[in-house]
Amino acid sequence: AAMELQPSHGLASRAATLATAYLCYRRGSPGRALALRSIRRARREDIDDVGHKYHLELVLEDVPDKDSTINCTAEVLYHLGSKNVAPDVQFTLEGELKNTDEADDVFYNQIRSLEKELVAENIPDSHGNVPPEMEPIRRLAWVASGYVIWQNSTENTKFHLAQIKRVKQMKRSDEYLEFDYTILLHEMVSQEIIPWQMTVLWHPHHGVQVTRDSRQPKHTLE
Amino acid sequence: MMILLVFAALVATAGTEQLFMGDQVLRITASSEEQITLLRVLGEWAELQVAFWRDPTSPGHPADLWVPFPSLQAVKIFLESHSISYSVMIEDVQALLDEEKKNMTKSRRIQRSTSTFDFASYHTLEEIYDWMDMLVEDHPSLVSKIQIGQSYENRPLYVLKFSTGGSNRSAIWLDTGIHSREWITQATGVWTANKIAKEYGQDPFVTAILESMDIFFEIITNPDGFAFTHSSNRLWRKTRSINAGSPCVGVDPNRNWDAGFGGSGSSSNPCSEVYRGPYAHSESEVKAIVDFILSHGNVKSVISIHSYSQMLLFPYGYKRAQAAHHQELNELAKKAVSDLAAMYGTKYTYGSIANTIYLADGTTIDWAYDNGVKYSLTFELRDTGRYGFLLPSTQIIPTATETWPALLDIMVHVLEHPY
Repeated sequence: AAMELQPSHGLASRAATLATAYLCYRRGSPGRALALRSIRRARREDIDDVGHKYHLELVLEDVPDKDSTINCTAEVLYHLGSKNVAPDVQFTLEGELKNTDEADDVFYNQIRSLEKELVAENIPDSHGNVPPEMEPIRRLAWVASGYVIWQNSTENTKFHLAQIKRVKQMKRSDEYLEFDYTILLHEMVSQEIIPWQMTVLWHPHHGVQVTRDSRQPKHTLE
Repeated sequence: MMILLVFAALVATAGTEQLFMGDQVLRITASSEEQITLLRVLGEWAELQVAFWRDPTSPGHPADLWVPFPSLQAVKIFLESHSISYSVMIEDVQALLDEEKKNMTKSRRIQRSTSTFDFASYHTLEEIYDWMDMLVEDHPSLVSKIQIGQSYENRPLYVLKFSTGGSNRSAIWLDTGIHSREWITQATGVWTANKIAKEYGQDPFVTAILESMDIFFEIITNPDGFAFTHSSNRLWRKTRSINAGSPCVGVDPNRNWDAGFGGSGSSSNPCSEVYRGPYAHSESEVKAIVDFILSHGNVKSVISIHSYSQMLLFPYGYKRAQAAHHQELNELAKKAVSDLAAMYGTKYTYGSIANTIYLADGTTIDWAYDNGVKYSLTFELRDTGRYGFLLPSTQIIPTATETWPALLDIMVHVLEHPY
């Protein structure tokens, strides 16, 4: 039996945030990150012995271009009891996402042509500034954090990427780009700031992969 | 010589508004290798934030330890309990720095006024406190500054009073910055206080409100936390009170109020970001407001401003049950949010805290509401997570500008519905 939820309801918001993070991970790139614009409809279904399933109708926006929105339906299943199993997320996008091949290729070539491996800290900085050349690095972190968020979400969490504390490009002998990120995740329900390490692999037309990730102890922060 | 070099370094950083009030430097002489080891452990204890100006090397040779004021008690207890002898070499580092600064910097004074203040930037504690004095100077018959108490680290808690006279008029209370990392709120507070002062005598609504009511505005509700976000950890939320027996510092000032205190919407763990504190109103920052509002006796609205999420919320947070005035508050929130969106299209959601975000007990507005302040609401300003707490300063003025009509809606409603 599915119960209709107010779109403003806290539970709908958590499921929508998770769905968006997952979607962003599956479809994002340095040229594109997707964010949640609004929740049009939300229903919650209790499935005996299985868990809670949310049926969502969402409006997403394409981060570099705020005027570009896309509708989406998603289903989020939080499994009963188990803390070690990621929720199941399915989604359907209504329409096509903008093609970002050109932007991705430009970024790829820029990084490949650097003399020294890229290193950066505090993106955004305390005042919210992001240097324009760091925007793709930031979008990449967003996309990759979608994986971490998906893997660690429950019905009682709502994660956002708060800051990239540090990013370091790792040398590779193949065509892939590899970045070691230390990010700060903000969890809304507990209000905790959680440092997390993630190793991110990317190549244009190949999607974003998180090959390693681990939660860091709190005193990693200054 | 060493001391001079260290002072020079400190003064250089003091130029960036670090506060060393009450900090001391202790000269410690260890009498054994064990004591040397203990001193090294003390130095590595992150939460204490101590630093050796002269390292402990061997027994009999003095070490100099800089101790920030809040850690003084813990450090001295540590030393005494291990029978490590020490003396106070510098009683107040700030006093010394002030002297040095006077001697080292030029004495050129820059005349500033509220018309040249940069509202589109994030400012430090000192800059905002200076600006408050300028606001009072510029509008002496409307604005005054009162001190309602002191923070844990003994910073003054200042409230701007907007009043055109009368005696103990009905009042509206506004606060920003109770959670120090929510920088958009203190910045919006500064802009809004300035706006109120500017619009009195110009805008008919502001004028009508101030002809019958007073407004009390605490812009930096958590000054210790705010200073810490500038000096050490931009994402610090809580107060900076030391928790006995724990390495973790601070209490969540929005879980410390006596309304549903101690439930599942807060934590008993001092290391938690939603730690409720040892008891309700344990935090001097909270107690000061409680005492002020209760002794005033005529506060009709409490509007507490937070970020982020783009929401306008009303009681309850500590229970899912509807407040008695749910209907009216819901309608008011709906109107305010609609007028906010009319400015730049920024979408807010609204509802009770418990249903819209999460269960949260010991919150400001639940306390106010349960103590008879009917129009108690909380804003969660921009954004919805793209920048979160690190909102670009380019969004300060748009955020303040769009929030203004919503605030006005609430204040006008309070004016038109006396009780």
